[in-house]
Amino acid sequence: MWRACGYPCQPAAVPGHPFRDVVVAGVHNARQARVLEGETSFTITIEGALGALADAGLTPRDVNGVVGALSSDIAYELGLGPVWQSASQLGIPAVVEAAACIAAGLSDVILIATGSAGVYTERSSTAPWTRPNNEFVAPYGMFTAAEFALIARRHMHLYGTTSEQLATVAATVRNNGHANPEAVYYGRGPFTPQDILDSRMVADPFHLLDCAMTAEGGAAIVLARADRVPDLPNRPVYVLGGSTDRIGPSYRHAPAWDLTGRDPDGIPNGYVGRRAAQRAFATAGLGPDDVDTCEFYDPFSFEIIRQFEAFGFCGEGEGGDFVLDGTIGPGGRFPITTDGGTMSFGHGGATVQLLQRVIRGVEQLRGTCPTMQVDGASVSMCTNGGAGALFTDVMILGNGRP
Amino acid sequence: MSDFLVPQPATIPRPYPSAVSEPYWEGAKRGELLFQRCGACGHAEFDPAILCRKCGSRDLAWERSAGLGTVYSWTVVWRPQQPSFVVPYAPAIVDMDEGYQILANVVGCDVADLAVGQRVTVEFHPVAEGYALPYFRPV
Repeated sequence: MWRACGYPCQPAAVPGHPFRDVVVAGVHNARQARVLEGETSFTITIEGALGALADAGLTPRDVNGVVGALSSDIAYELGLGPVWQSASQLGIPAVVEAAACIAAGLSDVILIATGSAGVYTERSSTAPWTRPNNEFVAPYGMFTAAEFALIARRHMHLYGTTSEQLATVAATVRNNGHANPEAVYYGRGPFTPQDILDSRMVADPFHLLDCAMTAEGGAAIVLARADRVPDLPNRPVYVLGGSTDRIGPSYRHAPAWDLTGRDPDGIPNGYVGRRAAQRAFATAGLGPDDVDTCEFYDPFSFEIIRQFEAFGFCGEGEGGDFVLDGTIGPGGRFPITTDGGTMSFGHGGATVQLLQRVIRGVEQLRGTCPTMQVDGASVSMCTNGGAGALFTDVMILGNGRP
Repeated sequence: MSDFLVPQPATIPRPYPSAVSEPYWEGAKRGELLFQRCGACGHAEFDPAILCRKCGSRDLAWERSAGLGTVYSWTVVWRPQQPSFVVPYAPAIVDMDEGYQILANVVGCDVADLAVGQRVTVEFHPVAEGYALPYFRPV
């Protein structure tokens, strides 16, 4: 299925698409809040799982596969067994793996669920999933914001990217959340770029409002072989393509823009996700110009600019200008992170937000978003990861059968 | 709150070496900044590796760095990772003259003086149980 292609990929017909008979049948965001009193990560995971099954018009008895880090507990608690199970990386890799498993006939109704609650209790420190324990990183007070800041600063040095451009991204994402009644930070805005710049500095160049917030919540997705769900309550959504790029463990090597593997001419860490996007677009037979909504990972404002360059929406160094002039906002050509993302919608620990980008892409393609619905959206690009973390995952969803 | 960057107190978390990295931390205790050089391809390797990440050779030997480098990227942290850290502090990636990169905090200057391209030299400051951490100072 893979073909070598320059950038941007040219749309091309892909005969016999591997995921032609796979549908995203159900999605659900469990309740979320800054703190969910009385909940644990597992209780809110189960709430998400049952919600996604209900959304698909299915019951636990229909499930014969579970994917994700909590899959063993989910299988036991919901009495799903015996089932096919894989404790794969959560987020987009889990969704891609589930689609591949269905396509390969290993299973035909797969549940992916995760949740986070009661995890962040030491509030004088940054959140536990942001703190590395590596001997070459931890003694320097590093955490996620500082890691991504080192990536952003290098780009600002190379290309003259400005704090105002970063703030434009943050204001756009936060305003999406401000408008969304389901967002943890619903009604907290609206924000101008100047509001972002006026917030206190956390890790230069990131102000507080350039950064993700922390919250608790759960999320789940159900994938199924199409003939198992002939009477779906919602419009089916298809996995047109997906892949992941991993350079190494997060927070060990300094997050250098130019870090490469053995091939000195290979794609550098600054553009991690490019190879994954090329593969995803090639499987889909699409390119960046075919994307209607960009449900991109938004841990820090600069990460959106980096992804537009990495994925070929604009040239290298052009991302700062690309996000100006309304391109990424409501009614723009490439609206970003339309639910409000990790900055405003929710950030339930290390894994919940990874599925939430996919869930929002599905809602866009169903046409059911309560806010920021993109009229006629037929292709959504969803992402996880980032250059400060040395990985990026990419997924292309569509509402037309491939 | 001063904007002048100083080393962290010795109460911050100390490094916990592995068998592979132990020579590096023993060198730091002596005030020496060590890295590995590949005998097959000449690549300067850091962080400590069991084989060359560029050519795969196991012929890696420890060398002492002259301790001089250039700031490649930097940040200033104003919200500490945990309470034992005193803000502001400035993690930076440094391009060492020997051809490898290392992450460490820059001290001995005002935050306004941080810049990509700044020449820096290594110095060591104590943490718990006799360990020493490399920092960098503008030259």
